Amino acid sequence: MSKDMMPMFELYQPTDIGNALDLADKFGADGWKVAGGQDSLDWIKDRAKRTKVVIDLTRIADAGLRGIRETTDGIEIGALTTLTEIEENELIKERFGLLASAAAKVASPQIRNVGTIGGNVCQDTRCWYYRSGIDCYRAGGTTCYADTPEAMNREHCLFGADRCVAVTPSDTGPALVALDASMVIRNADGERVVAAEDFFIGPDVDIERMTVLQPGDILTAIRIPNTWAGASFYFEKVADRNTWDFALVNIAAALRINNGRIEDIRIAAGGVECIPRRMTVVEDIVRGSAQDDETATLAGSSASRGATPLNYNHFKIPLLENLVTRAIRDA
Amino acid sequence: MAYKLLGKNFTPPDVRAKVTGKAKYAEDFRVEGMVFCKLLLSPMPHARVTSIDTTDALAMDGVLGVLTAEDVPAGQGAGEVILTNNPHYIGEPILAIAAVDETTAADAIERVHVEYEPLPFVIDPLDSLYPGGPDAREGGNVANARVALQSIKWSARDFASVEEGQLPMTGEPQTEWEYGDLDLAFADAAVVYDETFVTASNSHHSMEPRSAMSYWENGKCFVYGSSQSQSFVVPGLAGLIGIEVKDLVYIAEFCGGGFGSKGAAYAVMAVPAHLSKKIGRPVMMRITRAEEYYMGSNRAGFQGRAKIGFAEDGRITAIDMYVVQSNGPNTGFWDYTEAGAAVSICYQPEAMRYRGIPVLTNTPPGGPQRGPGENQIACAFEPFLDKAAKELGIDRLQIRKINAPDNDAIFNGEQSPVTSAYQKEALEIGAEKFGWEEKIRLSGQRNGSKVIGIGIGQAYHSAGAAGFDGLVRITPDGILHIHSGIGNLGTYSYAGTSRIAAEALSYDWENCVIERGDTRKHLPWNFGQFGSNTSFTMARCYHAAAMDAKQKLLEIAAAEFGGEASDYDIADEVVFATQDSSKKMTYAEAAQKAIEMGGKYDGHETPEDINPMTAAAVSGIAGSGLVGVAKDNYDIDAVPPALAAGFMMIELDTETGMFEILDYTGSIDCGTVIHPQSLATQIKGGAVMGIGLATKERIVYDPQNGVAANVGFYQAKPPSYLDVPATMEWAAVNIADPQSPLGTRGMGEPVMGSAASALVSAISDALGGHYFNRTPIVTDMIVNALAGQEQSHKPLQVATY
Repeated sequence: MSKDMMPMFELYQPTDIGNALDLADKFGADGWKVAGGQDSLDWIKDRAKRTKVVIDLTRIADAGLRGIRETTDGIEIGALTTLTEIEENELIKERFGLLASAAAKVASPQIRNVGTIGGNVCQDTRCWYYRSGIDCYRAGGTTCYADTPEAMNREHCLFGADRCVAVTPSDTGPALVALDASMVIRNADGERVVAAEDFFIGPDVDIERMTVLQPGDILTAIRIPNTWAGASFYFEKVADRNTWDFALVNIAAALRINNGRIEDIRIAAGGVECIPRRMTVVEDIVRGSAQDDETATLAGSSASRGATPLNYNHFKIPLLENLVTRAIRDA
Repeated sequence: MAYKLLGKNFTPPDVRAKVTGKAKYAEDFRVEGMVFCKLLLSPMPHARVTSIDTTDALAMDGVLGVLTAEDVPAGQGAGEVILTNNPHYIGEPILAIAAVDETTAADAIERVHVEYEPLPFVIDPLDSLYPGGPDAREGGNVANARVALQSIKWSARDFASVEEGQLPMTGEPQTEWEYGDLDLAFADAAVVYDETFVTASNSHHSMEPRSAMSYWENGKCFVYGSSQSQSFVVPGLAGLIGIEVKDLVYIAEFCGGGFGSKGAAYAVMAVPAHLSKKIGRPVMMRITRAEEYYMGSNRAGFQGRAKIGFAEDGRITAIDMYVVQSNGPNTGFWDYTEAGAAVSICYQPEAMRYRGIPVLTNTPPGGPQRGPGENQIACAFEPFLDKAAKELGIDRLQIRKINAPDNDAIFNGEQSPVTSAYQKEALEIGAEKFGWEEKIRLSGQRNGSKVIGIGIGQAYHSAGAAGFDGLVRITPDGILHIHSGIGNLGTYSYAGTSRIAAEALSYDWENCVIERGDTRKHLPWNFGQFGSNTSFTMARCYHAAAMDAKQKLLEIAAAEFGGEASDYDIADEVVFATQDSSKKMTYAEAAQKAIEMGGKYDGHETPEDINPMTAAAVSGIAGSGLVGVAKDNYDIDAVPPALAAGFMMIELDTETGMFEILDYTGSIDCGTVIHPQSLATQIKGGAVMGIGLATKERIVYDPQNGVAANVGFYQAKPPSYLDVPATMEWAAVNIADPQSPLGTRGMGEPVMGSAASALVSAISDALGGHYFNRTPIVTDMIVNALAGQEQSHKPLQVATY
């Protein structure tokens, strides 16, 4: 149960990336990296997860960790860029309005002012059992409390269950997958670039992590290629409240439409699987079709194929179908 | 009549401190040598502590002591206790540890080794009513604040004789009443509905957690607490600490929200006092948000069933209702009986039977929450009127007017009369302001995937009490000191009703001071600030005290200038001879004269019928001015009602289940309006809470391990700024109540239930007449209804998604 009382920890506040990577390497799994802290500090304060060392990344001044800049084939966003900065950035609004729309729907204005894009894609799941500090699979135990005959699992997954039924809580994650973004990751050994689609991982890959990031890694930037610049976009988030709430289901789509025909599309949904769910079946159905009700409805009905609802979440099936339909019809 | 102060806006004296951050709440106080404590909470919904080992914790640097159940008074029956070795809900405090700082105290808590013997627990009352089912407490499964702990089980036949999803109505109730000929009245009905419904239990979400700080000095115990009430808290808190009322100094100048959960003294408030006594240091206990969700109390949930008959003309002929209350594990609150009263008064059926039972559950303690019983039952019953209106071809406003209570209304098992009631007028002025005639034509209008829904709702709460004391004092500087023991819930009714004393004494408000927030300010015995009562109860107290002061002013003038008191009158802070304008003295001069005259005039003698707490307050100010003090002995022979109506227009997206509230108007019958701005704030704030009750808030428990899902704001989901309309309208009947000196009565609670039921009504309207028989109506329920899918929860399931 929640202790709701911040414990003591050693705090490191590196001011350059080299120092930060050294600390990440030195402390490994014992070094908890924090940016905006909106997810991490909850864990630490609740004493549901413990750490002796916190590495505060927000003072790193170099390596492009902050800000939005144009590159030869797109844009690069420093991982420490706040969600408010993304929401308000002219370049992003002009070329990749999908991401601006998604960022604008995250949590609340206060949280967006300190919450970062890096944190939003790295955040942990909101499964309430797991967050309560219970010894579930994801916490290293041997039970999923959210997937039992009477479990209260309204906010859990339709797809990809593998011992754990948690979902991605991110609003920007599906938008970045739809935009074919890639993640720049650095560690003591160098830099690697991973497609957004591969950045997020399900319980079948590693049940204790939500992303490919390893203990010594730091996500430094997100790159969005110009492939989808200026395309037609659709983002929508369905939640119980209009602010400070996580998506029951969200949808992010990028469509290239020419003379009423959808030439190409990438579409992903959040809140239905542990990762932003890219729906290639929907894309295959839609690609090359007219943007009309028939295409949209067909695409919508295909989106839920293979869904395995739990005790309390079968509402997500029509909801996902409707959101896919809307995305294609109204983009 | 025209008043100098009543009906006019003013700025209550504590507003500036609140908006500038200078207001000091319980956790803001610091005193020399103060230390912190943290609580160890039960991780199990029902258990027995078999051993506690504090050795490691007490060995830590900075740890000063531990307080366990052995150190505090034991509880009785199902009453709440300060600390326990027999927890009945997750989060119930087991022990407290004091340390030099809060982190050390929290770390020490983690080093306490407690062993528990788990006991059977129950979340769903029907499980406990089933023969052989688990009991939430040793010694019984039924109790309430006015009901002794006892065991009531229904028979398997009771459960087997109803259809799946129907509440049995043959099981033994804890209480029942009936009036009229029920069979005959049902026979007269053109349509009869028989519906099973559920209203969820939800948290209070008080912004300020129930923190407290305490120390002992010169034999007195000082407590800085968070409470809605002031004087009303003192006897209960003194009892919890184990001291006499005169030895308790209680400071509660500001309260960051209570909504009923901080109306009286509550057990955990006494922890710092006991711990402080034990370790000899002042102790601060800051309750966290999660702790507030565990122990901050909940509105009771209902599983209910109602048969309701309507005549051809829409008149309600008969109601037969049964309510099973999810009570929490302690005595809780009597929501279930209030629900019967509310149904009886709101719909005035020819015949009615009410039955109810409060069943103990291992969920957070039940406590009164704004309109306890009345507001959740409004959400269950108002849809029946919509359904009947549709079937009988009657306008939905009209069917409510047909059944609305008026001055001849009688209600409840005792068939009580009302002091006055103008619900028909409240419906009319609300409908006028909202534009019912025009808006109802938009019902069902579609715009793409969106559809318009129009709703209307009503609610009730009793709105006043009698028999408490009033105390005012005029000092020789001419200032009127209004001694208020009511408390500062945050509604500003403490300030609004104070103006009744000023009005009655013809005072300029600039020359008045409200003495409040600290027992050292000599505060009289007043009722608690809850139950929509202040505007009636305190109006009577202040008026009585002011009349006593006025009489003394007249007598003092007569003593000074000769003649009888009746030869004099007051105006503009001057007492004067009505026939000779040269014979006059200012209130300031009269106050000085009162001190010279002594006796009853300056508080050296007190009326015999006032409460000892008031007498003590008067003795504290005796000799400092002209004292007006009296018990409210005004006549009262009926219940003062607060009646509200709400009107809602929404646009619901049929593809997402989300909706936007486009328009809301709340209207109220609350007698004479004291303070329009404050009234408007109550109506609008009540609507915000009502939106949460109707569509967002509920407790959720895993039935397998009893663990709570919603222990944070983001999980429990009170409405946010973006979930409520940017502007809301309001209207008030403003007809004086005959049993309140200046016609005022309360209103704070039903303005929530009327908004909640109006929203329920609007959602059903948008869905073309789909009734959920459950609140809250959450997004997934709307999506399922639109998709033609079954709901995930079973019809009678509680504490569920």
